[in-house]
Amino acid sequence: MPRKRQLPEIPPDLVGTVHVTPIDQIYNWARKRSLWPIFFGLACCAIEMVATAAARFDLSRFGMEIMRASPRQADLMMITGTVTKKMAPQVVRIYNQMPQPKYVLAMGACAISGGPFKEGYNVVSGVDKLIPVDVYIPGCPPRPEALLHGILTIHARMEHESLRTMRWYRKGEADEGVPVPELGPDLVDWRLIEKIEALQPQPTATE
Amino acid sequence: MADEITPQPVDELTTDLLARFPGAVQPAPAPWQGLIVTRDRLVEVAIHLRDALGYRYLSSVTGVDYPAATDGLPPRFEAVYHFYRPTGGPLVLHVHADRADPTIPSLTPVFPSAGFQEREAWDLMGIRFDGHPDLRRILLWEGFDGHPLRKDYHEAYYEEDKKPFESRFPDGHPVRAEERVPLGNNLRYPPGWSPREWRPVADVWGYAPHDEVAQQKSPTHPADRLVLNMGPHHPSTHGVLRLLVTVEGETIQKIEPVMGFLHRCHDKIGERNTWLANMPYTDRLDYVCSMTNNLAYAVAMEKLLSVEVPERAEYIRVIMSEFTRFMNHTVSIGFTGNDVGIYFTAMLYALEERERILDLFEMVSGSRMMCNYMRFGGVAHDMTDQALTLARQLAFERLPRFVDKLDDFLTDNEIFRARTVGVGVLPADVAVAYGCTGPLLRASGVPYDIRRAEPYSIYDQFDFDVVTGENGDVYDRYLVRIGEMRQSLRILQQALDRLPGGPVISSKPKATLKAPAGESYGRIECPKGELGFYLVSDGGTNPYRYHVRSPSFVNLAVMDTMCRGHLIADVVMILASIDITLGEVDR
Repeated sequence: MPRKRQLPEIPPDLVGTVHVTPIDQIYNWARKRSLWPIFFGLACCAIEMVATAAARFDLSRFGMEIMRASPRQADLMMITGTVTKKMAPQVVRIYNQMPQPKYVLAMGACAISGGPFKEGYNVVSGVDKLIPVDVYIPGCPPRPEALLHGILTIHARMEHESLRTMRWYRKGEADEGVPVPELGPDLVDWRLIEKIEALQPQPTATE
Repeated sequence: MADEITPQPVDELTTDLLARFPGAVQPAPAPWQGLIVTRDRLVEVAIHLRDALGYRYLSSVTGVDYPAATDGLPPRFEAVYHFYRPTGGPLVLHVHADRADPTIPSLTPVFPSAGFQEREAWDLMGIRFDGHPDLRRILLWEGFDGHPLRKDYHEAYYEEDKKPFESRFPDGHPVRAEERVPLGNNLRYPPGWSPREWRPVADVWGYAPHDEVAQQKSPTHPADRLVLNMGPHHPSTHGVLRLLVTVEGETIQKIEPVMGFLHRCHDKIGERNTWLANMPYTDRLDYVCSMTNNLAYAVAMEKLLSVEVPERAEYIRVIMSEFTRFMNHTVSIGFTGNDVGIYFTAMLYALEERERILDLFEMVSGSRMMCNYMRFGGVAHDMTDQALTLARQLAFERLPRFVDKLDDFLTDNEIFRARTVGVGVLPADVAVAYGCTGPLLRASGVPYDIRRAEPYSIYDQFDFDVVTGENGDVYDRYLVRIGEMRQSLRILQQALDRLPGGPVISSKPKATLKAPAGESYGRIECPKGELGFYLVSDGGTNPYRYHVRSPSFVNLAVMDTMCRGHLIADVVMILASIDITLGEVDR
């Protein structure tokens, strides 16, 4: 939280009607209570995400019952399942299309590290190899309660953000997005290009 | 699949085939089943099987790599075909191909059901099928380096051929796979490959066949044709399926499912795992119904191991399978509701019941979704009294009421009928030719249910009907699902009433058991259709080949037949009525 400031005094006849609060608090309160997740199911965990949205666990208690299909209207991306190399370009592209501020929640072992399928030739070792992740929820699949806890963790994180320090409100810091990987002989992540080239003089090293 | 041919014992059949195709057909040596057919006569043999002997159903096509000579057979690639007819066991054909130039004639023109499966074998194993109309990669992408199921393909994190790996805990400390590889990532490039000079394969996303269709102008319709992409991120594709659609106005001209966005390398990882360690992986194939996946794998393994299952375990298996079938059909109908436009209303009812059934699964197995409950020769835990009480309450009271309610809400609903009746008609002969199974096939009027045709477990002891439809449209598929839910309850009520006592597993499960050399194909009627596991053992603690024949994958091939001429809005209905799970499509 920013340093403590003196709040203006409320005239006696308005006490109880008017509340004075720092802008950060009211802004974050509104923001966290209207997270709009993207309806983005990858694998098994997506079924648990749907179960969380349904009657027993009732995601709408937290102000997020409407899942948007379009990334342009969403600010929370739940990576619910294994990210494969074939899917990686789309995952990154969808992330880039979301407006800021945006949050990413890696749900389940596969999204965290590749999980039980880590050694697979078509599996990305965790979605954080591609895009920044805010909250990780372990489990295979995590129970709906765990997903709710993950969402509350994001809420807690949002509470502590300040308008003055959030990077997306700074001037001149336009979001470039993550470079979209391409499908070559393997997944081509353009951020690793130097590393790949450095390996090439000893081609046996990649084997 | 009704036909008049009287089944003859497989021995006579073999003699007949041997006499008819001298030199081209020979019985496979001891641990293997079926026949070995030479490449050049394969298509002739297949046509004879289909037309003269009644083997109209090609269930599974897959490849096996034998880099070393075994059992007097040379190093080879092998294509393995499993044929079925309505009554009677499988006929297995093995076709050998040279390892240097693996080419086998394609069966797709004769059996369209081979289409996707041959493409998969080409993609993962590198067996080229001559005469296949569209031999492209299916699960991976054009330009991928290598064919990963070959025994000499090693992925970036490769350690050893068999688990458990020796190196996993040196000095008792775990090692992250990222620390062992130079790129710190699951990436592997061919030697000498330079990312700066690299250009992607021109048609890496597969637009070329559609561009051809799109360029033809319609003589009657002035609108231009357009190629549309639905997915892989699309709310109605039930996961990460991509549909490539050519439309004229809003009418579908060509539609092609593009899969592989959830290809988690099941087969390759399965060959590393010990036999038992594959059980939890099967949960994640069709993640809506993990119990039936367990059962299919257990059935295949029990064939290989020749293990007897205690009676109580068989009953518990049937109970769990039928609850799974009920749950799958509810969720499927709920998703259909989403696609028809009753957004999340039907789904809320469906998920409510699903939660109750998941409670039961959690009681018996300890996990909601990924049950990992079956073992070779039984089940992992006995059902407690508490679980039995819940199961009885569900099967006798709650779920019958729910089916009636669902029936009330949807069956005569005017809007629901308007969207579904006459949409996505699948003729019976097309369904059989494309190898469709499950409610999709039965809705077209073919009474083919493996629980009845080739009973596994103890399904022959229960009284139930095979529900069929008449018209083969989306509405009939919905009706078949409702009917099957009622039949499931019938089976459940019988099973719960007759549940005997006794042990639930024949012997203590061993973590590293050895299976005798040989092959086995175990198939069951899972809620979506025929789920088969093809296992090859070399006598060791790990599968030599582990292949999943999944119903969702094969059923998807009829998308084009069902969608042509319909509107884009109908595509999502038709897709929902096939009822796919992407974990199973892509494996």
